[in-house]
Amino acid sequence: MKKILALTLAVLMVVTMMVSFSACKKEEKLVMATNAAFPPYEYKDGENFAGIDVEIAQKIAEKLGMELEIVDVEFGAALLGVAEGKYDMGMAGITVTEDRKKTMDFSNTYATGIQVIIVKDGSSITSLDDIFEFNADGDPVALKNPDIKVGVQQDTTGDIYSSDAVENWGLNDLNEDGSIATDRVVRYKTGAEAIAALKSDKVNCVIIDNEPAKSFVAANDGIHILEGDNEYAVEDYAICVKKGNTELLEKINKALDELKADGTIAAIIEKYIPSKAN
Amino acid sequence: MQEWFADFKADFQLNFIDDGRWRWIVQGLGNTLKITLFSLLIGIALGIMVAAVRSTYDKNKEAMSKHKGAGYHLFTVVNAICKLYLTVIRGTPVVVQLLIMYFIIFATSRNDVMIAVIAFGINSGAYVAEILRGGIMSIDNGQFEAGRSLGFNYVQTMIYIIIPQVFKSVLPTLCNEFIVLLKETSIAGYVGIVDLTKAGDLIRGRTFSAFMPLIAVALIYLVLVVVLSALVGKLERRLRKSER
Repeated sequence: MKKILALTLAVLMVVTMMVSFSACKKEEKLVMATNAAFPPYEYKDGENFAGIDVEIAQKIAEKLGMELEIVDVEFGAALLGVAEGKYDMGMAGITVTEDRKKTMDFSNTYATGIQVIIVKDGSSITSLDDIFEFNADGDPVALKNPDIKVGVQQDTTGDIYSSDAVENWGLNDLNEDGSIATDRVVRYKTGAEAIAALKSDKVNCVIIDNEPAKSFVAANDGIHILEGDNEYAVEDYAICVKKGNTELLEKINKALDELKADGTIAAIIEKYIPSKAN
Repeated sequence: MQEWFADFKADFQLNFIDDGRWRWIVQGLGNTLKITLFSLLIGIALGIMVAAVRSTYDKNKEAMSKHKGAGYHLFTVVNAICKLYLTVIRGTPVVVQLLIMYFIIFATSRNDVMIAVIAFGINSGAYVAEILRGGIMSIDNGQFEAGRSLGFNYVQTMIYIIIPQVFKSVLPTLCNEFIVLLKETSIAGYVGIVDLTKAGDLIRGRTFSAFMPLIAVALIYLVLVVVLSALVGKLERRLRKSER
């Protein structure tokens, strides 16, 4: 009896080992870090991830013959994780900036983002002129209301731009060493929390990317995007990889170019952002 | 070794010196200390009140129920409110309490630090109350009886005989609660407050290096806790002198 038991156990062990080894070998994984609270670029649709970035990443993974694995973390953690090599690539509506280029490599851009300003209905802010005093050259020189508070998602470009000095289109007063003397920016973990803060008057406006802004405005009553020539900043979205990982970067760029050429990317963007709305 | 040191220096320069990033840390440390100190005070005040009600009720329930006067009924209601407070506060995570305070109860207030102080204070009060009640209940009933036979009334017995003993015995647990409170304030970043942890996060989000900001923040918390425990340890030693 004991012998049979030992034999069964031994067989079981060998089988499990074989199964687990073969599972390892199956397909190489492409781990993508994102912050799935940024519709329509990435969000949770029930159990699954959806959005422009997610679908493009899926296509890239197919071209590379790899299995896509999506990791949902905070935006800052996604960037940091990629820079440190924890994740293969980051795709979260990530804007290419000079500072970020120092620590990670960026692919070709696949979409354009615009930073817009969301305010409450009936707000005294109706255009950029209500936020900044401009000089004759059209550059901002001072704030109309020094008590203004602006809500952003932490570590996004909205955060980085608005944390800068007034002369650089930010909303803060800086010390000589570049540190912040008066901080008018309130940084939340997600865009949705910034919107919640806007609705309860904790901040006067929210600066965030155009497309998620549209989704937030559609989902919430009583707030709107400043229309007209009030774009805060225009920027390019790209995929980031660990600095020096040129092998993966070249593969991604090649896949991106192919997807652009055959119209796949345009179709995906059209699906989430119908051109009528653009 | 030399290379490592040069790297370390460059990393330090990037994370703390460039753009005056160390000021985030200073600001964050200030907010952390402010929130901890004031919520500590609120917590102690609330805790003493709730513990007084709960333990007095428990100790005098039988005596009072014989008369069933207006005072007894009032006391029962107040005791029930205290119990509800303990249940709700200890039964929900402090992050959720903070978010409720920020987005619902004080929705129109812009004084973020104040909201955090109130949220953490109310939270800490519940734990302090139970620690104190535990201390009071642990004193032998003979001490009460001795006090009463000396001619003290209930309040006098409490002040002159029970509280001094309670204070000594709950001090280590109270110190524990204060340490937890200090570290718990690290969630204030959820509502946009730049506390010590958030300061490290912000630096991390701008320099994309994890090591320096995280280790620096961890070290500062460690120093704060070590200083706090040292102070409490000193107080404990002083209180123990009377035992000889």
